[in-house]
Amino acid sequence: MPAISVEKLGKTYVVPVRPPGARAALRSLFRRESRRVTAVGAIDFAVEPGEIVGFLGPNGAGKTTTLKMLSGLLHPTAGSASVLGFVPWQRERDYLRRMTLVMGQRNQLIWDIPVADSFDRNRAIYGIDRACFTRVVGELTELLDLGALLERPVRNLSLGERMKCELAVALLHEPQVLFLDEPTIGVDVTMQRRIREFIADYNRRTGATVLLTSHYMADVEALCRRVIVIHHGKLLFDGQLAQLVAGFASHKTVSVQLAAAPPDLSEYGELVAREGDRVVLRVPKADTPKLTARLLADFPVLDLVVEDPPIEEVIERVFAGEAGA
Amino acid sequence: MSFLRDLYGTFLRVALAVEVQYRASSVIWLLGVVVDPLVYLAVWSAAARAQGGEIGGFTPPDFAAYFLVLTLVNQITADWHMWEFQFRVQQGQFAFLLLRPVHAIHGDLAENLAHKAMMQVVLLPALAALALVFRPHARLELWSLLLFLPALALAFALRFLFEWVVALACFWTTRIMAVNRTYFALLAFLSGRVAPLAILPLALQALAAALPFRWMVAFPVELALGRLTPAEAAVGLAAQTAWIGASWLLLAAIWPRALRRFSAVGG
Repeated sequence: MPAISVEKLGKTYVVPVRPPGARAALRSLFRRESRRVTAVGAIDFAVEPGEIVGFLGPNGAGKTTTLKMLSGLLHPTAGSASVLGFVPWQRERDYLRRMTLVMGQRNQLIWDIPVADSFDRNRAIYGIDRACFTRVVGELTELLDLGALLERPVRNLSLGERMKCELAVALLHEPQVLFLDEPTIGVDVTMQRRIREFIADYNRRTGATVLLTSHYMADVEALCRRVIVIHHGKLLFDGQLAQLVAGFASHKTVSVQLAAAPPDLSEYGELVAREGDRVVLRVPKADTPKLTARLLADFPVLDLVVEDPPIEEVIERVFAGEAGA
Repeated sequence: MSFLRDLYGTFLRVALAVEVQYRASSVIWLLGVVVDPLVYLAVWSAAARAQGGEIGGFTPPDFAAYFLVLTLVNQITADWHMWEFQFRVQQGQFAFLLLRPVHAIHGDLAENLAHKAMMQVVLLPALAALALVFRPHARLELWSLLLFLPALALAFALRFLFEWVVALACFWTTRIMAVNRTYFALLAFLSGRVAPLAILPLALQALAAALPFRWMVAFPVELALGRLTPAEAAVGLAAQTAWIGASWLLLAAIWPRALRRFSAVGG
């Protein structure tokens, strides 16, 4: 049985509209106008227990709305969902005890007092027994290197340190399902890597199911074998990250380093960059073998690398394709 | 039960730790709590003297006793979470309260109790000092003093519950400030904070008794000062209990609807 299953799930908001200006303001006193905005269309997907799935899409695609529906904060306007056998928006206590939602820049730590006090508050809220609490805090402290942070008031922590503590406090009750909305937003590259490693470790150790959104493709590449892409509330892709790249990347990048100063290579492919004796070309995927063979035959090549385009570019193409359709 | 005991024990300890961080500001809070009643005390005392020594049975020392006890009762029964609800909804803080497997009211109640405990450290000495200056007078009676504590506890419970229910209006209107201001204006007049209810026009007195306001503040004050008969005291305690029951039922009815509303509109 999947840990998360979603069928035809949709959310439409009714938002008041009025044109700017005093006259429109007066008119709206008597006649309110509203319009329906579909945040999430009818989407379907299922996530197996223990999977880490990347949930991708540009701003406003409906990612956060979906996560909020799955964590029981929002009622959908269509469709159904089941997480660990619960209907999320019925908000049963047994469900709330088994899942967590971490939203990047929001915090549930108490600003003025040591982190350990926030931990203790969550212990009481989730009714975690003390032996279990001590063990989990020990594990999280080790995995996230929290050590001395626990004794410090939250307001004295750096953003990255706070983010680690946010993650830890959200995991004290050992949730089986994690909804992570931009868990690495705003923190530096080292801390991003740290958090990424932690999520992977946590998933391995506990077998928890993870659905995560991120604008950092490094997060997605490191953590998610599978991705779900949505745009304008519609599901565009659901499958292996490798398939996404294979399916949507029509080009490859070929980077060559020549022994002599490189001549004009534009007949071999689209010139992307040129730094000293290194040239980067963009070539149609189907032509890649032929073109690299020609390059190797025609020039004294010191080094040649063929790569898939960066994942950002692939995702952009997915969105662009949808927009053009 | 042991879950709730641990929950409140922890909430109180954490809230106290936060309060201690702000110990300097409790002196500023104290000014806010004491200034209003002192102004009314000065005004009414002057008016009593101008009218030949008393107004509606209140001499200046009676007014002093009334407003000093009122300061204590008002502080103990007050709650500020109505102002916080708007912020919570706008800033998306409400979502965190809803993700917890416990009702959001528990944290607020614990915070309130912790704040009250801290404030007594400065408020009680301040009131004692003020008593030396204003020389209050009251006809204290043992039975009514004994009933004062339960009446105060019920007044606290009533005000806390009722205001929490009123605050839920923020799920239906974005103009919660207007709701709050209207509520607090009514409360100021009808709970006896501006003047003892006994010197207000009869129509206002009737209104204050028909609504929950009298039972939130004025009633325990009148009881402490020995201004009520045993029958009036019994009616008061019954009215408090009834309004607490009504607020409880209202909360039970409105809270699920507020959650549905929140989950329809988004956090």
